[in-house]
Amino acid sequence: MGSNQLLPDKDYLVRMENISKVFGTITALRDVNFGVERAEVRALLGDNGAGKSTLIKILMGVYQPTTGQIYFENKLVNITSPAQARAIGIEAVYQDLALVNLMSISRNFFLGREMTKNLGPITYLDIRKMNEVCKQSLHDIGIEIRSPNERVGSLSGGERQSIAIGRGVYFGAKLLILDEPTSALSVAETRKVLTYIENARERGLGVIFITHNVHHVYMVADSYTIIRHGMNVGTYYKGELSEDDIADLITGDRES
Amino acid sequence: MDKAGFLKQRNRLDFASLREWGILIVFVLIVGILMLLSPSSFARPTNLINIVKQASINGILATGMTFVIISGGIDLSVGSIVALSGVIAASFAHPGEYPLIVPIVLSTLVGGVAGFLNGIGVAYGNIPPFIVTLGSMTMIRGMALIVARGSPVFNVTKAFENIAGGFLFDTIPYLVIYFVVTAAIGAFVLTRTVFGRRVYSVGGNEMAAKVSGIQVDRIKVAVYSISGFLAGVAGLLLASRIVSGNPTSGVSYELDAIAAVVIGGISLSGGSGKWYGAVIGALLIAVIGNGLDILNVSAHFQLLIKGAIIITAVLLDVKSKGNRT
Repeated sequence: MGSNQLLPDKDYLVRMENISKVFGTITALRDVNFGVERAEVRALLGDNGAGKSTLIKILMGVYQPTTGQIYFENKLVNITSPAQARAIGIEAVYQDLALVNLMSISRNFFLGREMTKNLGPITYLDIRKMNEVCKQSLHDIGIEIRSPNERVGSLSGGERQSIAIGRGVYFGAKLLILDEPTSALSVAETRKVLTYIENARERGLGVIFITHNVHHVYMVADSYTIIRHGMNVGTYYKGELSEDDIADLITGDRES
Repeated sequence: MDKAGFLKQRNRLDFASLREWGILIVFVLIVGILMLLSPSSFARPTNLINIVKQASINGILATGMTFVIISGGIDLSVGSIVALSGVIAASFAHPGEYPLIVPIVLSTLVGGVAGFLNGIGVAYGNIPPFIVTLGSMTMIRGMALIVARGSPVFNVTKAFENIAGGFLFDTIPYLVIYFVVTAAIGAFVLTRTVFGRRVYSVGGNEMAAKVSGIQVDRIKVAVYSISGFLAGVAGLLLASRIVSGNPTSGVSYELDAIAAVVIGGISLSGGSGKWYGAVIGALLIAVIGNGLDILNVSAHFQLLIKGAIIITAVLLDVKSKGNRT
């Protein structure tokens, strides 16, 4: 049953061991152990201010841990920037941060990783190829778009999420981090986004699904880690606890 | 996606693209009306070429300004750079002193360096672009006056005068050619290169650009360098055109360039705008000035009209944004 320990028989894609983070006099995280396997959807649950986003920002290279180590594919890593996290295969999908609303789907898809052609000394964008690859690779993971030239700003929240997920999958991300991906979505859109998450899992990606609401994630998650007051209250696998039990653990109405 | 939502999205897109084409339609309309009102003088080919010539220097400045504004910044220093680079160009263009290449290289280099320093201030000093370039505008104006010792630098070579004053095949002014070449290169860089795209992404969502591994600071330094360099070119051309380096020239040129960009539908909040916006904006300003002159409208009324056009352009921008997201 749930504990703060990593399990010795699991082959984790990412392991965060004994992570603590102190901001001045405030201890945001205390000795947290957290690991995600390949092809696993892990729900990271906790109330607002519990410390779940601090944990993820450490994984993304936004913050450095005060103590503790991170292993990615069994190698000790020191992640110092979001660009570096991305380079080793950690892709974060933030609802507002990931995409430029004023730019087209294709432009966003290749943002920072554009395809080019050369004509003598002149390097220029291979726009046609980018449009084709964008449309095709989104199609491959079940996302249909009207046109790669459409502005991201005119898409719905769910469509935007799906573009960001598709981009991560295409560029070979091994670990997808989704920050409250379904909190602002309609029921139908939520179902769609959950399908994309399942597709990503089928392709062998590890997925971290951050939310404060267990109902958003109960159906799709393989396991649940609950953070409260900066501590890992426990990691539970599917079937070990009911939805209501997990909700109680998040709020502290029930002790583990 | 349900049908109603789909239709709504189509409309929204159409409105946005209508606005992007809108300025082109307005431009054609105004030119058409002026041609009808004054077929004998406005519509004459020599007059039309003259309009493009009048738009050239502002158009070159506006091309540089386009990069800065799309990246989410602003460059107020270009008018002063025009004066400084013009003074430097004229100072090295006296007969019998240096070959023509010297004033050309020095004046454009000075512009590029000034822009580079603006970029450093914005990107690494974390000072708002308005403040950085307001300060450098004043400093560079001072430097122009110091270098010129307070009065215009006269006595330049015929070859120097010919840089902007000459004609290709005796019909097309060189100024027009510089404008067209600058606009074409600017358009290519903006729409067809990795750098161009990154300029848009920095202006559209700086955090997303950063998270995507784009070196935002370098992009910022680059756009101010481009703007400064083109201001140096404009200063060289202006000095050649007025056959002297005047330290008080170029006053409020930055505002004309910003006006051209804004009229061309390029959003002051950054991240959006078409490559041809600045070209159309600069041409429109010149067309209106020329047309109103021909129709004998006083210069005072011209200012009134120009200002009203700028406000209308921004109003369209704000309205369409409110509808988009």
